[in-house]
Amino acid sequence: MESTENKKRHRKKSSKADIAFTVFNSIFMILFVIITLYPVLNTLAISLNDGTDALRGGIHLFPRKFTWKNYTTVLEKNNLITGAVITVARTVLGTLTALLANAILAFIVSRPRFMFRKQLSLFWVITMYVNGGLIPTFILFKGLGLTNSFWVYIIPGMLSAFNMLVIRTYMNGLPDSLVESAQLDGAGYTTIFIKIISPLCKPVYATVALFVAVGQWNSWFDAMLYNRMSGEYTTLQYELMKLLSSVTSTQGASAETMKNATGAVTPASVRAAATIITMLPIICIYPFLQKYFVTGLTLGGVKE
Amino acid sequence: MSGRRKKTKQVETEMKVKITWKEIKRQKVLLFWSAIIVIYGFIFYYLPLGGWIMAFQNYKPAKGLLHSEFIGFDKFIQLFSDETFIRVIRNTLAMGVINLVVTFVMAILFAILLNEIRQRRTKKVIQTISYLPHFLSWIIVTGILHDALSGTGVVNELLKNLHLTKHSVDFFAHPSYFWPIVAFANVWKETGWNAIIYLSAITAIDPSLYEAASIDGAGRLAKIMHVTLPGIKSTIIILLLMNVGNVLNAGFEIQYLLGNGLVKSVSETIDIYVLKWGISQGDYALGTAAGIFKSVVSIALIVVANQVAKRSGEERLY
Repeated sequence: MESTENKKRHRKKSSKADIAFTVFNSIFMILFVIITLYPVLNTLAISLNDGTDALRGGIHLFPRKFTWKNYTTVLEKNNLITGAVITVARTVLGTLTALLANAILAFIVSRPRFMFRKQLSLFWVITMYVNGGLIPTFILFKGLGLTNSFWVYIIPGMLSAFNMLVIRTYMNGLPDSLVESAQLDGAGYTTIFIKIISPLCKPVYATVALFVAVGQWNSWFDAMLYNRMSGEYTTLQYELMKLLSSVTSTQGASAETMKNATGAVTPASVRAAATIITMLPIICIYPFLQKYFVTGLTLGGVKE
Repeated sequence: MSGRRKKTKQVETEMKVKITWKEIKRQKVLLFWSAIIVIYGFIFYYLPLGGWIMAFQNYKPAKGLLHSEFIGFDKFIQLFSDETFIRVIRNTLAMGVINLVVTFVMAILFAILLNEIRQRRTKKVIQTISYLPHFLSWIIVTGILHDALSGTGVVNELLKNLHLTKHSVDFFAHPSYFWPIVAFANVWKETGWNAIIYLSAITAIDPSLYEAASIDGAGRLAKIMHVTLPGIKSTIIILLLMNVGNVLNAGFEIQYLLGNGLVKSVSETIDIYVLKWGISQGDYALGTAAGIFKSVVSIALIVVANQVAKRSGEERLY
């Protein structure tokens, strides 16, 4: 009698604890979503708001004095347009070449009969852990004529051990029988790679393409290090950074900024617009590719 | 028929291939591309390692690597007698460890709590939102941070409305705020992304364990503590060890973008030091020496982590 009562009490207590947990969890998730989204939405609101009006502060999720002026100003800035063109070019070309190169390497090291299979794998895995560092790399690129050049965005990062391992893990998981029957029909390695393996690898190719494309789109350091001297090849993110430093250096002197601001546009509001333009393509694409990067991360975690 | 089977068997079993002319001819396509890839890898990944020689030279770009004068460990001695460098090591380690711990804890916490959300649609929406910051560049993230933490930004507004402060706090002017800001930025950016791997580990847990726990009268918290956490323990350990080797790599972009003269003493990391001395000041040898120090410590950390993994009976990392 007593024990059942105890049990009952216990169960009641635990269900109360469950309710408390649900409440806590809901609050946690709501806060999480707000903290994640608010800064982005706030930037959007500021980008659509009159610049001088925005200096007063107090803009949250919606613009107070709506205008497209910030965006039209951005589109009139030649350096941002050049940056955008270069960024699109490096993203498209860089992704295609990286995908092809990594796929070829992964294909080679996933051939069971290939004679230098182990050695070639090791040759690349080592690069994950050891690298020359900034200065030697800088000197090398300079020597190779990769400074003040568009190709510094494409050639050096073309192959990466991580991406290769992701594709290789996937290729190793494919049934051997497909390749074998093709080989018996006299297909060479090139045919097998193009006609048999690659069509099956579409999901993992999508994953790697996404990783590379995001990296290309977001990178700015290479632009700063190698292509700062001539404005020809700077990227969108680098131009955005220059906007940011111009804004922060004028911060605290907002009266000054207000005076210098031409019409309704301030550096801060223009930067907000440029930020939105820069993040828009990625925000539009990533939700549809979720299953691919989830696969990619899981494959990347699996070793040997 | 039997001939065909024999051939198939040959394809399957001959994993250890002897290097014969016939094989070389058969694999010539593979060999051709391998050769190109090896040349490429040698140039872009192995050749820079040769540049390490610079750190032991009184390197003059005009003389080059081959004709510069060797000076032994002088550059390393110079490095370690530089107070700034010691401070830079401290900053790198401190931020590396703080970031590692907080991003780890938050990712696991987030994964576990998200897994407890019953409505599938809500769960999916929250997860999609959680990935968003990962795809934004550090340029954008630091820009957003600047806005949020500025005098008229949302954080100061909130603090004022809660009467926690009367005047706006200038977050970027005080060294004591810098590390927490960096840690927060990392958590903000990567929590959802890092949680992916834990979430997939959680889905691999046998559901019957939860049922058994329910029958024993375990509440949701008890199930988390006794089923979920032990279920993802090995994933946690592997990821933790994998990240230990990266501790020194944790500091460049955000520190470079957020740092300013006022917080220099806490914001500068080894990578920034290398950039400053090596590229801006043109002391290639000193910059390379600092880079070598970082590489060597990183490799040591990886080896130690791997040993620990082996001891604890987990899967090895390499």
